[in-house]
Amino acid sequence: MNKETMTVNMGPQHPSTHGVLRLVIELDGEIIEKITPHIGYLHRGVEKLSEHRTYHQTIPLTDRLDYLAPMSNNLGYVLAVEKLMGIEIPERAETVRVILTELTRLKSHLVWIACHALDIGAMTVFIYAFREREKVMQLYEKISGARMTSNYFRVGGLSADVYDGFEKDVQEIVDTFPGHLDTYEGLLTKNTIWLQRTVGNGVISAEDAIDAGITGPALRGSGVDWDLRRDNPYSGYEKYSFKVPVGENCDTFDRYKVRLIEMREAISIITQAMKALKPGPVLADEPQVCYPPKENVYNSIEGLIHHFKIASEGFPAPEGEVYQGIEAPKGELGYYIVSDGGNKPYRMRVRPPSFVNLSAIEKMAKGAMIADLVAVIGTLDIVLGEIDR
Amino acid sequence: MIVPLIKGLQITFSHLFKKAVTLQYPEEKPVVAPRFRGLHTLKVSHNSAKCVACYLCPTVCPAKCITVEAGEDANHEKFAAVYEIDMLRCIFCGFCVEACPVDALGMTQEFELANYKRTDFVFSKERLLEKR
Ligand code: SF4
Ligand code: SF4
Repeated sequence: MNKETMTVNMGPQHPSTHGVLRLVIELDGEIIEKITPHIGYLHRGVEKLSEHRTYHQTIPLTDRLDYLAPMSNNLGYVLAVEKLMGIEIPERAETVRVILTELTRLKSHLVWIACHALDIGAMTVFIYAFREREKVMQLYEKISGARMTSNYFRVGGLSADVYDGFEKDVQEIVDTFPGHLDTYEGLLTKNTIWLQRTVGNGVISAEDAIDAGITGPALRGSGVDWDLRRDNPYSGYEKYSFKVPVGENCDTFDRYKVRLIEMREAISIITQAMKALKPGPVLADEPQVCYPPKENVYNSIEGLIHHFKIASEGFPAPEGEVYQGIEAPKGELGYYIVSDGGNKPYRMRVRPPSFVNLSAIEKMAKGAMIADLVAVIGTLDIVLGEIDR
Repeated sequence: MIVPLIKGLQITFSHLFKKAVTLQYPEEKPVVAPRFRGLHTLKVSHNSAKCVACYLCPTVCPAKCITVEAGEDANHEKFAAVYEIDMLRCIFCGFCVEACPVDALGMTQEFELANYKRTDFVFSKERLLEKR
């Protein structure tokens, strides 16, 4: 008997492809035989643009890679440039960065749990998670001036110190969050429908996951104990103690559990960092790189000249190349910068976690029903902003 | 098998009696943070714009959306004869405000910028001047 496959086009406007992802699927009945992702619908050429922007001007472009976790993108970029320049940043700036990136992890994982649950049919979790996310968004707005495109970190530290009442706002999130997580768990963890849709779905073995280059919670769900915050610390992560959760069964349910534990660990890191937060400067004393304080600009001619120099030319970076990877909410986010000694990168390459994780989709969903593909997309937690760049 | 579902229903049911968090926009307006980066404003002092047309803001702008042309006024002072920001290209990064050496530029709490024509998004100097 000869067999005919059917080709189905999913996306780029499909609500559960999490952005403008297009998948061309070959089906044998309802069984998936082949998946070809077509990407590029959100391409804005960030890497190329950065070659024509000073190091300073590239920061707001990085906000728009993984737009669900802008501060993590900023952090990776500024750390890479700081490494290139050999700048030490003040401890307070480092601690505030850790607090904010961990809040970003919460924010990103909240969108994940919301959309993942919605895709599988649990509408309630979506609404609750977005309610909690709003708290983090408001904190973002208060501290950086924008709900999503934060642009708060600078090469050398932060653009401004935290606002009055920052501690109180963070404390409120820290205090209420474990309760919210219990709510989600109450709705999902033992829910029969949820279990039937996630247990045994999207299995990828540890070897396959490593071969495909998967990172982040998707890798840890397959039982690989690897977290850059612990294994290659940056921004002072070595000072905090936290557990790195790993899964056993390599399926969607284990990745769900890993992310939930990660959220609880993120809260513990925030608590530790808040305790360690001491008053002090938030911008490095690096006149070659950082703007002078505004009082100097308004009141002294030296300050004014200094300000003009930084604003008009930026700063030259020494010739060389750096790679800085960070543990973003979705996996290893890396910035590779080549400098020819000028004030702009000669070439910048971003290693987005979602792009690499997406490459494993066929391995994870082959042989499954087409309805399960939606769960696989959800569990990969991809965001097209950073895939297409 | 049915128990977890009932537990879940309990959780949703308990939410029925909590205060609603939805903001009824546009009837209710959100409270916008003081640091919010909204529509730009050209600050005024002594009845004229503080801008001295130093060209720093168009230089740092990553979106290249500011147009400044310098002019000379009656007292032979440099001033911005043309000052335009194309809000369609602006990414609201705030670098222009950070770069201004004379504190002539600010960003307001205004976030409702929708309009009908593309040309309406190009804000001229008159439209950007601080309202008193
Ligand atoms: S906010 Fe940013 S993009 Fe907009 S005009 Fe200012 S510098 Fe340019
Ligand atoms: S930086 Fe300030 S003074 Fe200079 S052109 Fe812009 S608004 Fe005018």
